[in-house]
Amino acid sequence: MPVLLPTSLSEATQMLSDTPGATLLAGGTDLMVEVNFNHRKPNDVIALRHVPELSQWSLNKVAGTVFIGSAVPYKHMESGELAQLVPALAQAARTVGSPQIRAAGSIGGNLGTCSPAGDSLPVLSALDAIVHLASVNTTRDVPVSDFMVGPKRNSREQNEIILGVTLPIRNGRQGYAKVGVRNAMVISVASACFALQDGSPRIALGSVGPTVLRCPHAEQFLSQNLAADGSVSDDVAKEFGRLVSQESKPIDDHRSTAVYRRHAVGVLAQRLVQRGVQS
Amino acid sequence: MSSAEFYSLTVNGVEHQVADAWIGESLLYVLRERLGLPGAKGACEQGECGSCTVFVNGESVCSCLVMAASAVNCEIATVEGLNSDGTLTDVQEAFITEGAVQCGFCTPGLVMAVHHLLDQNHSPSELEVKEALSGNICRCTGYGRIFAAVDAVIASRNGVES
Ligand SMILES: Cc1cc2nc3c(=O)[nH]c(=O)nc-3n(C[C@H](O)[C@H](O)[C@H](O)COP(=O)(O)OP(=O)(O)OC[C@H]3O[C@@H](n4cnc5c(N)ncnc54)[C@H](O)[C@@H]3O)c2cc1C
Ligand code: FES
Ligand code: FES
Repeated sequence: MPVLLPTSLSEATQMLSDTPGATLLAGGTDLMVEVNFNHRKPNDVIALRHVPELSQWSLNKVAGTVFIGSAVPYKHMESGELAQLVPALAQAARTVGSPQIRAAGSIGGNLGTCSPAGDSLPVLSALDAIVHLASVNTTRDVPVSDFMVGPKRNSREQNEIILGVTLPIRNGRQGYAKVGVRNAMVISVASACFALQDGSPRIALGSVGPTVLRCPHAEQFLSQNLAADGSVSDDVAKEFGRLVSQESKPIDDHRSTAVYRRHAVGVLAQRLVQRGVQS
Repeated sequence: MSSAEFYSLTVNGVEHQVADAWIGESLLYVLRERLGLPGAKGACEQGECGSCTVFVNGESVCSCLVMAASAVNCEIATVEGLNSDGTLTDVQEAFITEGAVQCGFCTPGLVMAVHHLLDQNHSPSELEVKEALSGNICRCTGYGRIFAAVDAVIASRNGVES
């Protein structure tokens, strides 16, 4: 069977239901690496790039949210209107790979792979994004924290296609930062997204746990110690960083050590919480 | 393994038939091994080096990460198609005159990436140039000559004597 090229969501979900176990292809930046190195041998492939429902984003002004289709490439998040609406996502998108990778790679693929190092994932987590899943004639909404269940594991059913995510548009400061061995083309050693949304501080961490982590203690501490104007004193920022380090659950692997990751993620959190104040 | 694939790809405006292919073959592989277009180079086959850069529907992408059979109905452009009359483009000329080519392995990918950048941004800043070329690795030149070549093209396109 050739690569299937559905041109609508209903066609795509029908094809997936008719070919159980088919491999879904978005930008290919994770999948093709596995195929090139013989780690995956797809038999049936459904390419999602021509499905308009997955390739668009839209603003819901009344709800104060944006929907981003799962196959929208990072390139479209880096700048322009979407970047204004969700600046932390723009910052995260800009750190992904290289321009060639960002022209192809997508949030659907990041969620599909579900690596704890996926750069869009801490942003989705900090903003309590909703993941929309579609199967024949039905859709299902899952909070992103329930979608990501472990390292490279998510709660998508075999017959479901990730339709997209819904995020709140910014109503406070937010930012994303990542540590790696160089500026471009690097998988993160530690990363963090900070957002002040609806007046409450949120922090989500990447690469320091089996999946992306939120830090409830650090968040609670900060909400009790934010100045009336939302600013953060040096001492509070430092303690916030310390609490974030404590709540991280890093491991040693080929990219870094647990000790360094724990330190780095605290520094990122401390910087982000103050960096935001000036912007 | 699934049965053989038959499909056609439009490369540099020409339609090519691909027969007896495996579904998982990359566009890089199909261009080089099946269509006789070896301009795009394969080094890492994992998106890291950029030597395989081509345009798909005007987007600059790594052809090693494009599943060839999914690129039907797309306009694919490779370095071979930059100038159909066989002459060199201004970017290619500048790479030669500025000494930006040593072993040359990275060159086709870099030439594509530079064309892509300068088609969209006529006077990029130094940072924009570096960011635009951050997905293309060169092991020989140390990049200085490559940035000099980009600067030379920008200057000449903007009518400045270099
Ligand atoms: C050189 C290089 C550098 C990279 N750098 C980074 C980086 O800095 N940060 C980072 O986070 N990632 C990085 N990546 C990984 C990759 O680019 C991202 O994970 C990207 O988001 C994957 O998106 P994609 O559209 O290419 O996914 P694909 O490769 O097409 O798919 C990935 C997985 O998700 C599944 N999938 C895709 N879309 C859907 C859908 N709609 N519904 C259900 N399942 C789906 C696929 O079946 C597959 O299993 C890099 C990759 C490369 C090759
Ligand atoms: S061969 Fe494609 S990026 Fe290296
Ligand atoms: S000239 Fe040899 S890799 Fe660039």
